[in-house]
Amino acid sequence: MSVEVVLPGVLADLAGGSKHLELQPSGESLGDLLDTLAAQHPLLGRRIRDETGAVRRFVNVYVDGDDIRFAEGLATKVRDGGVVQVLPSVAGG
Amino acid sequence: MTDLLAIGTRKGLWLARSDDDRRTWSVDGPHLLAQEVAAVSVDTRGATPRVLAGIQYGHWGPTVMWSDDLGGTWNETEHGAIHFPEDTGAALARVWQLRPDSADRPDVVWAGCEPHSLWRSTDGGRSFELVRGHYDHPHRPTWEPGGGGGAVHTILPDPASDRVTIAMSTGGVYVSEDGGDKWEPRNRGITVTFGPDPLPEYGQCVHKVAVDSGDPDRLYAQNHFGVFRSDDAGISWSSIAGGLPADFGFPIVTSPSTPGTAWVVPLVADMQRVPPDGRLRVHRTRDAGETWDELGNGLPDASWTAVVRDAFCADEHDVTGIYVGTRDGCVYASADEGDSFTLVADHLPDVLTVRAAQLP
Repeated sequence: MSVEVVLPGVLADLAGGSKHLELQPSGESLGDLLDTLAAQHPLLGRRIRDETGAVRRFVNVYVDGDDIRFAEGLATKVRDGGVVQVLPSVAGG
Repeated sequence: MTDLLAIGTRKGLWLARSDDDRRTWSVDGPHLLAQEVAAVSVDTRGATPRVLAGIQYGHWGPTVMWSDDLGGTWNETEHGAIHFPEDTGAALARVWQLRPDSADRPDVVWAGCEPHSLWRSTDGGRSFELVRGHYDHPHRPTWEPGGGGGAVHTILPDPASDRVTIAMSTGGVYVSEDGGDKWEPRNRGITVTFGPDPLPEYGQCVHKVAVDSGDPDRLYAQNHFGVFRSDDAGISWSSIAGGLPADFGFPIVTSPSTPGTAWVVPLVADMQRVPPDGRLRVHRTRDAGETWDELGNGLPDASWTAVVRDAFCADEHDVTGIYVGTRDGCVYASADEGDSFTLVADHLPDVLTVRAAQLP
């Protein structure tokens, strides 16, 4: 299975300069996908999730356009050819 | 010799330098732009000075970064210099304090964090280990977060023994005599106003603690209402607030060279965190808190800002320099122990921390 991860520009440096990653997750869930991402890009993984594995409060993650907070969170299923988008939420300073 | 002043703010780090014995300053920055820098230290124990910064990306979380070229480049540990062990179920919220240990412990750096936790590095701050003796203390469930969050914000390792003194808001003062394995509260005499018992064993909201340069057992505490001194390593405390215009405030700083000398910046009250009469003033004691003098030469009148707990520090000159940063983005320096101040920088974001160092 291959899933595209789309990153905001501010995180691209942590993924070798690319805003698009193709990952082959170890399982079917978003959590599995983010584990794979963190194994390949540890700093990027830490930006998205804290050490408990939770997605950071001001980070939004969408699986095929759906906000995971209104789906099944990290248990949300990802699919072959699917798109996972990471975006900063409405916050800042 | 160059004097360096690291200025951590809500939105980045600035580095001020003086090459004329602290008379004039040039300010370099921003470094780490748009990152909150709540903790900073300049570790001069090695061949190259290391600037350590406890940062918060906002969206992307907190971590520790370091620079070995005075801000030219920054580094961070891939998996995070500070991350809670899995069994705690906790996640790092903010780095509140970075404290290099003494010169004969050259790679030891302490960190105080939110949630309440104490960390120790033996590699100069690249990675830290949770001090379990503190984290697993049975009092932990009753340490409440103050308004800024629950944290270990003060770490005072004794260079001549295994004693480590810390302060927490809330929680109060705790001391370990064995380097961090066993901890006991030492708050007798420090009052609280937010609970039914005015003199609890622990749970105080101690804002900052400093140690006297002439006696490692003599401590000074700026409390959430109350300024106190201990002459027995924290076992008992007595008020030294007489003579101050208000006993509320955040920082307390001691002279590294002159015993009995300390400074505070009073604010009116917890629900009125502004200087008395709207005049930013530092108050200095020369006699360990028996008397206080107001110092304002070079500080602003008509000032309704505040100074937070780490936005005040001293340098290590024979004649101590002191440095004050304000929430309205001004930094003032005094090369004469507070007799007069000059403006180092203004219009910065809220100043959260200042730390001074002498560079070779």
